[in-house]
Amino acid sequence: MISEEEVRHVADLARLGLTDEEVERMSGQLGAILDSIEKIGELDLDEVQPTANPLNLTNVLRSDEPRRELSREEALSVAPEATEELFTVPRID
Amino acid sequence: MPAELQGLTAYELAERIRGGGVSAREATEAALDRIEEVEDDINAFVTRTPEIALEKAGRIDGRLRNGGLNLWECVPMAVKDVLSTRGVRTTCGSRILEDFEPLYDASALVNFGEDRIMVGKTNCDEFAMGSSNENSAYGPVHNPWDLDGVPGGSSGGSAAAVAAGEGWWALGTDTGGSVRQPAALCGIVGLKPTYGRVSRYGLIAFASSLDQIGPMTRDVRDAALLLQAIAGHDPRDSTSANVEVPDYLAGLEDGVSGLRVGVVTELTQNEGISPGVREATEKAARELAAAGAEVGEVSLPHSEYGLPAYYIIAPAEVSSNLARFDGVRYGHRVPAGGVHEMYRATREEGFGDEVKRRIMLGTYSLSSGYYEAYYAQAQKVRTKIIEDFRAAYARYDVLLTPTAPTVAFGIGTKVDDPLEMYAQDICSVPASLAGVPAISVPGGLSDGLPVGVQLMGDHFTEPTLLRAARALEKATGFHFEARPR
Repeated sequence: MISEEEVRHVADLARLGLTDEEVERMSGQLGAILDSIEKIGELDLDEVQPTANPLNLTNVLRSDEPRRELSREEALSVAPEATEELFTVPRID
Repeated sequence: MPAELQGLTAYELAERIRGGGVSAREATEAALDRIEEVEDDINAFVTRTPEIALEKAGRIDGRLRNGGLNLWECVPMAVKDVLSTRGVRTTCGSRILEDFEPLYDASALVNFGEDRIMVGKTNCDEFAMGSSNENSAYGPVHNPWDLDGVPGGSSGGSAAAVAAGEGWWALGTDTGGSVRQPAALCGIVGLKPTYGRVSRYGLIAFASSLDQIGPMTRDVRDAALLLQAIAGHDPRDSTSANVEVPDYLAGLEDGVSGLRVGVVTELTQNEGISPGVREATEKAARELAAAGAEVGEVSLPHSEYGLPAYYIIAPAEVSSNLARFDGVRYGHRVPAGGVHEMYRATREEGFGDEVKRRIMLGTYSLSSGYYEAYYAQAQKVRTKIIEDFRAAYARYDVLLTPTAPTVAFGIGTKVDDPLEMYAQDICSVPASLAGVPAISVPGGLSDGLPVGVQLMGDHFTEPTLLRAARALEKATGFHFEARPR
């Protein structure tokens, strides 16, 4: 179990609205999932390097040349709300 | 669909079209008729695109006269609804993208060809998260072999469309098994290529270090042909591999004489594997041996940690990737007085249960105080799993396991227990974490339902992997037949 307070805190970090019923359910389910994944803590891996990418790619570079990308008009065309030039959002609180 | 066309593989159909025996338009009409006939029962498609398909088929027929057509271009295809298609709505199985029409095409589709005959966008678990296709905002997909059963997931719509003969092949995506497990449960072939083999540009991201687009097909030769169509380096995806694309059809029929096949002990003898699935895997090992392979047993000692490591890494990447769905630039928005309330309300209404669960899990495991114990540790487990594979490939060319622990289960039977659902991925996540290619091939029936066996190869050894899979498919005497009849 993780506490409902903790669930609400994490939901807030994720900007995710949850109903009271979801918070209660999530508390039990996340607790059970976390219990099962804690198994990896058994391993002593202090000396092991982490893997972020299976091909171990690092610093893929390309030349910095302009090319045709989406126009502003195209990019704004799929927005829920926009002016001719900008995405619009409600008041920043 | 005329039985004559329904009985062909994609490769055979393409040859028939190129030889003038049937037109691309006739083949496309046949696929659209079959979709019309069975979709009420299957629900494999979120969006059907018959007009586009027929228009493109006309172009293909026109180009046939001039030559220079790639074989794969002749065959209609279905595309999982997480791949961006310009001007054709792309929902990711989510309400939050219900009306979203992308501004560009995924590179894999561009590689396939401008005149691709796309019959529609296939249903899937929301943002490709799930193993049963029950997490779709557009309703569950029904397994063509048993309409009360799940098709697997997350590429359940693509798998069911192929199995039901609603066309000849489809593209899926695989993060922890989402091409292979539904292929297994629907009795078709599903290939997850090496990480980086196929560009992810335009694939709406679930877990970026794991996601790969892959073919879902009637047989192994079709998988080779469809991989040929989509593979290749892409400057637009910095994780795509700058490795030459070989000819996947050359050598495909060369057999397995002398090929070293290791049966993975932990994943075959695991108590979670149902007896029928284990038996099918052991039978596949015997058949490969009879076909000339050197078959032995091999250990992947950290495989039991694969599932927990995956269920830390994938949700962590989810919590980051899905932050983009905030009601600002695209997709659904719930109006509110302030921007934070708008984010919260949009995401509450737009996302379903499993996506919320994974965002929460990922945010939790990345949050202050937990990062080291969960995410950092899981990344180290990933290193150990890669080392396991490296040791195994020093002795074997190809590894054999079941694809999924069970055959198709009933719709609704596992939805309330996320852990039981996650256990579906036990055999498929190790290859995902290691980034190696893996393929599911039909391995017979258990309780009247299809079983898949999985072969895994080393990075970029798809030619060897496909050759082994082709030999296995021949040895099992497998022959595709569309269902329901």
